[in-house]
Amino acid sequence: MSLLQVRNLVVEFPHRRGTLRALDDISFEIAPGEILGVVGESGAGKSLTGAAIIGLLEPPGRVAAGQIVLEGQRIDNLAHEAMRHIRGRKIGAIFQDPLTSLNPLYTIGRQLTETIRTHLPVGEEEARRRAIGLLQDTGIPGAAQRIDHYPHQFSGGMRQRVVIALALAAEPKLIVADEPTTALDVSIQAQIIMLLKRICKERGAAVMLITHDMGVIAETCDRVAVMYAGRIAEIGPVQEVIHQPAHPYTAGLMAAIPDMTMDRERLNQIDGAMPRLNAIPRGCAYNPRCPRVFDRCLVERPDLLNAGATRAACWLHDAHSTSSIDGIAA
Amino acid sequence: MSSGLVQANDLAKVFDVSPPWLNRVLERKPRLLLHAVDGVSFSIERGKTLALVGESGCGKSTVARLLVGLYEPTRGGMHFDGQDAHAAFKSAEGRKLRRRIQMIFQDPYASLNPRWLVEDIVGEPLREHEILKEGPALKARVGELLQSVGLSPLDMVKYPHQFSGGQRQRISIARALATQPEFLVCDEPTSALDVSVQAQVLNIMKDLQRERGLTYLFISHNLAVVRHVADQVGVMYLGRLVEVADKAKLFEAPQHPYTRMLLAAIPKMKHAGDARTPVQGEVPNPLDPPTGCTFHPRCPHANARCKAERPPLQMLRGVQVACHAVEEGRI
Repeated sequence: MSLLQVRNLVVEFPHRRGTLRALDDISFEIAPGEILGVVGESGAGKSLTGAAIIGLLEPPGRVAAGQIVLEGQRIDNLAHEAMRHIRGRKIGAIFQDPLTSLNPLYTIGRQLTETIRTHLPVGEEEARRRAIGLLQDTGIPGAAQRIDHYPHQFSGGMRQRVVIALALAAEPKLIVADEPTTALDVSIQAQIIMLLKRICKERGAAVMLITHDMGVIAETCDRVAVMYAGRIAEIGPVQEVIHQPAHPYTAGLMAAIPDMTMDRERLNQIDGAMPRLNAIPRGCAYNPRCPRVFDRCLVERPDLLNAGATRAACWLHDAHSTSSIDGIAA
Repeated sequence: MSSGLVQANDLAKVFDVSPPWLNRVLERKPRLLLHAVDGVSFSIERGKTLALVGESGCGKSTVARLLVGLYEPTRGGMHFDGQDAHAAFKSAEGRKLRRRIQMIFQDPYASLNPRWLVEDIVGEPLREHEILKEGPALKARVGELLQSVGLSPLDMVKYPHQFSGGQRQRISIARALATQPEFLVCDEPTSALDVSVQAQVLNIMKDLQRERGLTYLFISHNLAVVRHVADQVGVMYLGRLVEVADKAKLFEAPQHPYTRMLLAAIPKMKHAGDARTPVQGEVPNPLDPPTGCTFHPRCPHANARCKAERPPLQMLRGVQVACHAVEEGRI
């Protein structure tokens, strides 16, 4: 059975002139211990999906329809207090900027032991012992001394390790990591990604890894969901999505990334930009930029369809459409 | 090597980040000097691109600002087309020189005045340098410039907020091109952009270089982007160049351990799942840099000499590299 199920999730932002639909009919599952990558350009709705799962949507944003089910329990309609208990205990969160997710006025030891004692029935002594263990596991040298330091005494990479330790403190089943390496330097990024992957494997925690970096996805994830304009464009095993993309957007995105192994005079570019939420085109949201658009795309919105090893929201994969899927890779 | 359009000779910039005078006196705190750029020399040939790569705080943006004259160097200088640029910036010649050197900044949200129309933003260098007076000719020129970066002349009556990030960056490229410069300093021009939009901007920059014979200094922390745009690559670490090489050599056979480490740190799309050794350690505090080779605390090949003696940038194995281990043939 899957650990997390998101079913037909819709997130809306009421607005003076009508309602903006920021997430539209999102459905996916995460199995226990699995790493699901969520990738897309800014504004595609990937962070919002993460925020909806951990129950931290910024008002006036709200879940307008759909369900989020964690271990068989619906969590999208829980009261604030009940959700607070689940957050931390069952779902851990890692955000982009490690400095803003730590309280600058408390030592990291206090923050860790507080989290542990809030969620687990252990005493102060035991909590501190566990906190030191967590810091050691996340690769912080001299953990026994460093535990009494304040966040500003750590470097960026070390702080993100502390945040990972904090997210794992109550032994959650799911970690939502929103751009955990974007604020870090390249040489540190690799360390943090490896750490996240290793430690989650050891503890059997599943990860929803939100990032815009396809390289990180390729290295880390089991499956990947590609988002575009508030919807999932394609979802499937990571190697298939990268090497045989079924959605023209995924294909374009892959070809736009400068490649370390190949010299090209020009990068493949996707003309135009992602539509704003108040101007999402009729039919498939990608149709104004799509090189393979045909009449059906302009009027009818595709749902996720089976497309080889992956599932893609594209009419090219509907048996009843007029066009075939040959030569989709750009 | 000496015939470059742009030549930086031993460029250095020291920032005084000392506590205020009273604190120094009362709390007996010492002066603090930050050597942001410490003796950087390179040369860029006309029509070519030199890329500077390095992690945050390595001084690459300071080099950019030194080259366009936004900072005064503490030591060393820059020759542009045979002329001492920093002397010229101070004299009446400076205005002429500034026309020939322009800059593109990282954040297209911060570098365009939100209260100005695109027409005023792109036209400003033309007015400022008295190339064209206010009037139909200026409007026509702004229209041309917008077209050259793939925007419409009709866009000139819009404000920056009406454009997406990639379009804004194209507006800043149009502004930089207004004075018909020969040398463009680009400080992380695509790092604030999404990949599909990044591709648009990089393609435009390459097209413009081909059409106009532009010379670029391209600053980036993204090695994949650098591989796409550069002819030569300089790798910086803590204010110094540790390796300068042709693109092909650098990516095929990186010499300096730091370059090797940076290359190994890039996630690969093709061989996903390959185990790779992550880099150890982090960039040290630039206020208190390590002795000798500043990379030695993170370097797997460091020995006693590396800790004591700072390696000079020298020609070894066909590239310029500053490393004792490479010099001694240990790696």
